[in-house]
Amino acid sequence: MFNKSFSKLVNWVDTRYNITPIKNFIEHKKVPVHKHSLFYYLGGISLFLFIVQVITGILLLMYYKPGEESAYESVRFILTDVNFGWLIRNVHSWSANLMIFFTFAHMFSVYFTKAYQKPRELTWVTGFLLLTLALGFGFSGYLLPWNELAFFATKVGTDIAGAVPIIGDTIKDVLRGGDDVSGATLSRFYGIHVAILPLLFTFMLVFHLFFVQKQGMHEPDSFKKLPAENKKYTPFFPNFALKDALIWLIVFNILLFLALIFPWELGLKADPFASAPAGIKPEWYFMFMFQTLKIIPAHVLFIEGEVLGILTFALAGLLWMIIPFIKIEGKANSRFDMMKWIGIVLVVYIVVLTVIGYISSANTAGG
Amino acid sequence: MDLNRRKFLNTLLGIGGLGGLSLLVYPVLSYLKPPKSTKVAVSSVKAGKATEFPSNSSQIIKFGRQPVVLIKTEEGKFVALSATCTHLDCIVQYKKDTKQIWCACHNGTYDLNGRNVSGPPPRPLENYEVNVLNDEIIITKKA
Repeated sequence: MFNKSFSKLVNWVDTRYNITPIKNFIEHKKVPVHKHSLFYYLGGISLFLFIVQVITGILLLMYYKPGEESAYESVRFILTDVNFGWLIRNVHSWSANLMIFFTFAHMFSVYFTKAYQKPRELTWVTGFLLLTLALGFGFSGYLLPWNELAFFATKVGTDIAGAVPIIGDTIKDVLRGGDDVSGATLSRFYGIHVAILPLLFTFMLVFHLFFVQKQGMHEPDSFKKLPAENKKYTPFFPNFALKDALIWLIVFNILLFLALIFPWELGLKADPFASAPAGIKPEWYFMFMFQTLKIIPAHVLFIEGEVLGILTFALAGLLWMIIPFIKIEGKANSRFDMMKWIGIVLVVYIVVLTVIGYISSANTAGG
Repeated sequence: MDLNRRKFLNTLLGIGGLGGLSLLVYPVLSYLKPPKSTKVAVSSVKAGKATEFPSNSSQIIKFGRQPVVLIKTEEGKFVALSATCTHLDCIVQYKKDTKQIWCACHNGTYDLNGRNVSGPPPRPLENYEVNVLNDEIIITKKA
């Protein structure tokens, strides 16, 4: 009964809009099966978490009031008075963190399986820009509850932007909406978080997904080398799509578990005339940069430490974005894979600095 | 001849288009740059009674829109310094145990003269003058 009505509907649409090419595309799309197949789910999980972000974000908008005198109070109202407000806010915060985590995991899995190489250069670039926008979402959203930690994180973050030579001060002023982090900054971050970033993100996501669909799934070298008869594929629809749906369901359950068991604290309201509290730290995904800035001395030769740190991060980010276009040729017969080692060093650097950052902020919080 | 005319018109359209676009972009970018707010020039502020201020303690004082850390040393001497860390703009605090000024954000420290002694701060903290008149603490910006 349902099948019949559904195929009737499809035919109705098809006769008017000719969707046969899309049907054929879905029917013929296939996914390679190999030992790294699990990596194919990471992008989908990130997408799923983004959808959760959009839905919970829209729900939070119903009660959130930006402004120095209302932001903190409205978030407290959501947490304490609104029905299931605590759940929506916790799911929003947790899915934001998980989304960044899975996007990083997705990026490194793409890197280590060399899926970024020709012809997928632009998929990598758009993916990197999506990650940058996701970090922007994290940074701007962090300030919205207008609490103490967020206030200082924003002071530091926007001051870092101010250290960029020549245009730094203008960027800082534009971000802060004035000389200091204030209600004006909150208004701007609100606009950036709920309007500008979603627009840019959606635009970039459309390109990213279009490239992925157009070029199909990447096959790792080990898979490509197999004789044709040994290459196994699974149909995208329904096999892979159903597995995708199952994984989304599992992630959703993990998300709910985290939101229920580990709620996000609201903390104290921001006070522009209070000292930064001991143990202050940024979101975990900025920790390695935060820790690097702590370690760099005040002056390195003739450059201020913070300027050096910021320029290095900017340059490293740019190089990472254009890595598909960079050719590092080793000796023809060498088995040393330079690109792989660059990735390993980067991952080790991020992990080690993050761990050190947490240990040292725990120590200073205690002392 | 035709091709030249097409090239000419395309160039003209291109220049016109870019010009039009910059005419749109310039006001938007200018709009985003916040106007300079008129600052009330504060030259001195009162910071409470000297006798009520405990030794080896500190307080953040509003000096106009700037935070200033006022410290009373164990010897009873008052010191006032800008509370804005010269590294990345966080607000510093006085540590009673080490008798130093410490920034929690990146672990920078300053001595009681405001000199940056360890960690990433690149410059010393600005010094303010402190006078006690009839038991009233008065913080004044140095000329």
